[in-house]
Amino acid sequence: MIAVWIFIGVIVIVIITFVAIYNGLVRSRNQVKNAWAQIDVQLKRRHDLIPNLVETVKGYMKHERGTLEAVTKARTLAQQVASAGPGERGKVEGELSSALNRLLAVAERYPDLKASQNFLALQEELASTENKISFSRQFYNDAVLTYNNQTQMFPSNIIASMAGFKAGEFFEVTVAAEREAPKVSFT
Amino acid sequence: MWEQIRSNQTRSAILVVWMGVLLLLLGYFLGLYFFGSGTGGLIFALILWIIMSLIAYFQGDNILLAMSRARKISHDDHPRLYNIVEEMKIASGLETMPSLYIVDDPAMNAFATGRDPQKASITVTSGLLQKLNRDELQGVIGHEMAHIKNRDVLLMAMCSVLLGTIVMLAWYASRFMIFGGMGGTRRSSSSGGGGLGQIIIIIVALVLMILAPLMAQLIYFAISRKREYLADASSALYTRYPDGLASALEKLAASTDQLRSANKATAPMYIVNPFRKQGMAATDLTSTHPPISERIRILRSMAGASFADYTTAYRKVRDTNEVLIPAAELTAAGTVALRAPQKEATEKPGEVQRARETSNLMWNLNKYNTITCDCGTKLRLPPRFRLPEVRCPHCGRINPV
Repeated sequence: MIAVWIFIGVIVIVIITFVAIYNGLVRSRNQVKNAWAQIDVQLKRRHDLIPNLVETVKGYMKHERGTLEAVTKARTLAQQVASAGPGERGKVEGELSSALNRLLAVAERYPDLKASQNFLALQEELASTENKISFSRQFYNDAVLTYNNQTQMFPSNIIASMAGFKAGEFFEVTVAAEREAPKVSFT
Repeated sequence: MWEQIRSNQTRSAILVVWMGVLLLLLGYFLGLYFFGSGTGGLIFALILWIIMSLIAYFQGDNILLAMSRARKISHDDHPRLYNIVEEMKIASGLETMPSLYIVDDPAMNAFATGRDPQKASITVTSGLLQKLNRDELQGVIGHEMAHIKNRDVLLMAMCSVLLGTIVMLAWYASRFMIFGGMGGTRRSSSSGGGGLGQIIIIIVALVLMILAPLMAQLIYFAISRKREYLADASSALYTRYPDGLASALEKLAASTDQLRSANKATAPMYIVNPFRKQGMAATDLTSTHPPISERIRILRSMAGASFADYTTAYRKVRDTNEVLIPAAELTAAGTVALRAPQKEATEKPGEVQRARETSNLMWNLNKYNTITCDCGTKLRLPPRFRLPEVRCPHCGRINPV
């Protein structure tokens, strides 16, 4: 009789542990999803700001068509892969970041532009969005790290592989900012 | 690793329990002294405490905000401040954006309120907005955000209520004792109880009356100081830039303006102790807060931005082996690199421009109407101004309102 009770007890404990670990995995995966949604919001916000910026800047910078076009092109490209995974988006958004950096660096040479209230407000929004992207990336990557540790460590890895929890992908924006110097055109 | 720092939470909770025990002891012996019934006093103290806690829980933030005459602002009132708060909200992983308030005061300070992270708010003074650059402001907001995220606000509010109840009880009891309270003793002695027992009760009641407020205050300071260090550590982790908060604290320490709307009860809510002698710098006089110079030295000597780096710096500066953050948190955090200062933070907007922004904000909040004359002069019209046009005092042009 006692043996039966012990057997039942062991089974109950195993089930409880299983449920707890499974729920923990789900929680972490949702955390990762949430964090990714945050990044997505900020990336979209940046895409929305760019047409405004280009409109504002165009009037002042007549001789910087190349720089402006690079930004617009990078934006279009980034919007095309908007539903792709973190790895691919990171690359494309990195291109956009460096194109934007180049544009803002060039803008430094136009005193009229720098004095424009509209441009200053846009610059603040853009800089802040840039910050928000990097802060949400921080948070996302930490969430992914926690989740991946759970899917790979014993004993939760057993349940993870049984229930099909796949490891998350880190989000890295590679900014090739100083790769090529901005072209200076005197005309 | 982003979870709250739990073991510290329990340690703080134990200290709170000690304060509660102190209150109940005080109530018990005062009851014994005045009414000859310990349980009566105990129940009285308990009821008083519960009522005050309920008020603080449900109305505390409103009372505090009203007391400091804080005004709510939105994104368009001050985009930079709003953006910084949003950035820190994202970095801390908080789910809801706290509301943002501003106090028109040249003193530099900030505080967080709200009983839970869903209903939180952050208040800064206009002086702070004016004198801090973007990175410094980010550090300060990160510190306040950490208070919200770690649920320090509720803990400190409950602590200050407990402290307040103890002080209040002791104060009223001492008045009663001095002005004709002796009758109470005689009454209780007639209801039995030996002479020696009576004397012991009187002595214990007296000692408790004097010591309880002091001890409660010491416990209170111990709790609030620890929370400050933790908030500093979290701010460094959120911003990845401890130098920002450090240089903000340097500016705060050097400033001599005293906050007009602060008082002793609300002092621990602020980022630096607002309650100091007029004209004196907020350096090391503080007691609810750790010495600012020490906080700065710890932040400045951090090698990375993680909790582990903060702990190392903390131990080195304070020369202790104290466990500030439990080991589990430290190993999980891993290595966290520092970031470079923001470019625009070091140069622009400069202090003059920030001052202009802040004064614009205050004019707008006070519903002043701003008209820019063709000669470049800005005319500020009070909300009660009713005339259809106004003459520019500088060039004499007539401007329509």
